[in-house]
Amino acid sequence: MIDIVSSTFLLAGAAFFFFGTVGLLRFPDVFARLHALTKADNVGLGLIVIGLALESASPAVAAKLLLIWLLVLLASASVAHLIARAALRRGMRPWQQ
Amino acid sequence: MDSIIWPVTLFLLINLLAGLWRALRGPTAADRLLLSQLFGTTAVAVLLLQAWQVGLESLRDVALVFALLSAITAVAFVRRTWPGGADD
Repeated sequence: MIDIVSSTFLLAGAAFFFFGTVGLLRFPDVFARLHALTKADNVGLGLIVIGLALESASPAVAAKLLLIWLLVLLASASVAHLIARAALRRGMRPWQQ
Repeated sequence: MDSIIWPVTLFLLINLLAGLWRALRGPTAADRLLLSQLFGTTAVAVLLLQAWQVGLESLRDVALVFALLSAITAVAFVRRTWPGGADD
């Protein structure tokens, strides 16, 4: 049973990585691409971590996985902010229809 | 669960190959940096998957280092090679 649940989490995580890559390729400007990238970073990795943590041998391993995810969360949020701010200051404007 | 690790790993790697198109096109350096961030996150995911598959505890530490380094890369990029306004 838990096998099915964690496999589902892994597949959902892979799907989010896929959507993030599609967004990175298809979206029109840096700001929109940042949005796509943070989906892969936060949700994709998060789902994979949850899937693996469910199967992990000990609580310590599960905690370590969650800590790695938290670090990536923190990093990708600050990185997205930094890049968007630098782009704005360089005079790039968000794409508008 | 065992049977799904390798397919997911391969799928993530193929994903990265497709993403390389963005590095080719650009147009700005920031777009290419976004791809390198995707590489970092995918590397973390692949290493965690393989740590489980192979049962190698140390691969999780490698994943931790990758997460840290990709964040530092982006900060160095913004501060050094793609500085924004004058009031930094």
